[in-house]
Amino acid sequence: MASAIRVKNLVKTYGEVTALGGVSFAVDEGEVLALLGPNGAGKTTAVEILEGYRQADSGEIDVLGFRPTAGGRAFRDRIGIVLQETGIELVLTVREVIELYGVSYSRRRPADELISLVGLEEKADARIKTLSGGQRRRLDLALGLVGDPDLVFLDEPTTGFDPAARRKSWELVEGLTALGKTILLTTHYLDEAQHLADRIVVLNEGRIVAEGTPQSLGSAQAVTTVRFRMADPAGLPALGDGPDIEDNLVTYRVTQPTADLYSLTRWAVERGVELADLEVTRPSLEDIYLDIMDQADNERRQE
Amino acid sequence: MTGLRADLPLLWRQIRSQNRTFWRTPVAAFFTLALPVFFLVLFSVLFGSAEVAEGYRFSQFFAPAMAVFAAGSATFTSLSIGTALARDQGILKRVRGTPLPPWIYMSGRIGSAVWIAVVSVVVMFSVAWALFGFVMLWDNLGVALLMFVLGMATFSALGLSVCAVVKNADSVPAVANAFFLPMAFISGIFIPLDDAPGWLLVLGDVFPLKHFAEPFGDSFNPFHTGQVLGWENLAIMSAWLVLGLIITIRFFSWDPKGSG
Repeated sequence: MASAIRVKNLVKTYGEVTALGGVSFAVDEGEVLALLGPNGAGKTTAVEILEGYRQADSGEIDVLGFRPTAGGRAFRDRIGIVLQETGIELVLTVREVIELYGVSYSRRRPADELISLVGLEEKADARIKTLSGGQRRRLDLALGLVGDPDLVFLDEPTTGFDPAARRKSWELVEGLTALGKTILLTTHYLDEAQHLADRIVVLNEGRIVAEGTPQSLGSAQAVTTVRFRMADPAGLPALGDGPDIEDNLVTYRVTQPTADLYSLTRWAVERGVELADLEVTRPSLEDIYLDIMDQADNERRQE
Repeated sequence: MTGLRADLPLLWRQIRSQNRTFWRTPVAAFFTLALPVFFLVLFSVLFGSAEVAEGYRFSQFFAPAMAVFAAGSATFTSLSIGTALARDQGILKRVRGTPLPPWIYMSGRIGSAVWIAVVSVVVMFSVAWALFGFVMLWDNLGVALLMFVLGMATFSALGLSVCAVVKNADSVPAVANAFFLPMAFISGIFIPLDDAPGWLLVLGDVFPLKHFAEPFGDSFNPFHTGQVLGWENLAIMSAWLVLGLIITIRFFSWDPKGSG
């Protein structure tokens, strides 16, 4: 499959600060890639270079066959940009701005279609200053799609949303993937990346610290926790790094939960012992993410 | 779509939309349009009922000056404040991410500012004619139009150059007014410079507003003798136009300040 985006050794520094220290990744056509990382990881810098807003210090960049800063009109005709907190003409109506911004694209989508796509029918002829924050973000999304782009950039599309509004936005983005759009998404929410992306690139301090599908990212780091209570924990089998015994609470952290649980329960059944309050928990995504970040920090400290 | 002809509808669209934004922003409309008309009415009521000379009243001399003041603020002051505000809000950045050519967006802003200037000049003359006995003189209308066109180009370029140099939208109104209002006084817009000291006249000559206001006003002055327009008027305004363009092209940024 062809790549919509290909970057190699992307470097960008601001004075002493390295925003991007040699980042390479590719996004296939029709793929949703999430750039995930904490604030200041370099996500926005990377995206703005790909959008043509910023010049990289060095590196190879190919976006839809263009060098973004030199792509000009032909390039911008094929991308849709949804920036964080971009201003808009507050005194114009939803329909007016969609028509205004649509007019410069060669392949524009009808205003009414976009308005219903993002669910702003009731506000179509309302001035933008009367819109709520969530409605404003949905208008941003409509404006990003007005030129029927091949590639859509979504920079932190749900930051500051309440859970219901996030769900709604996610549905919108899922609708886009159904249309076959390539999407580059930045987010600092792991669950958002997990939910929307085909592939996740984790950035920290300008470097890629992990990369993979949401499932593989989870399983690579996955440590399952097995926990139960036992009055006399002597003679328990050694599994993973356990047992870790605290009073009468026994904890194992295992990487092969099926096999290890089998060993443990067989051990208990053979001895006729009950594993009271037995609990098997997968790590939360948050735990995995924090783990990746910790590892990245440790590796850097060792360098 | 390529070529200028294909882009003209885009430009027209931009001008109309900027215009709509302007009229829906009461504060901008007030300062640009209503305030100069208010000055005209106030000064004409204060000084203007009696004939100044031979059938001509005060407004014959004051209305063209206020027209220049209004046209100058519509371009220099309003254009710089509006553009800086749009940049601070990220509107310019948003536009930059679309295929709309930047020059068309800027021309849309300028076109709208010039249209508002045209409206304010027409309103000024109409009010002066209807209420204060202004007599329209047609003989030098060509000069007046030429000065208007050159004045609009010069003050648009200078307005944008203020935006280019001052990155912070909060400071732009102060900077723009700090230039424009004193310039209006030393250019004889509000008070004739007949009794002004020599150094003040020289100072006024350096700046472009006087070279817009004097030939424009003299075009409607029935007592003016000799040439209405001097080469120095054209030369000095053109020099400021070029300076404004150079500063704008060299330093203008579409990025909101502080975006890292």
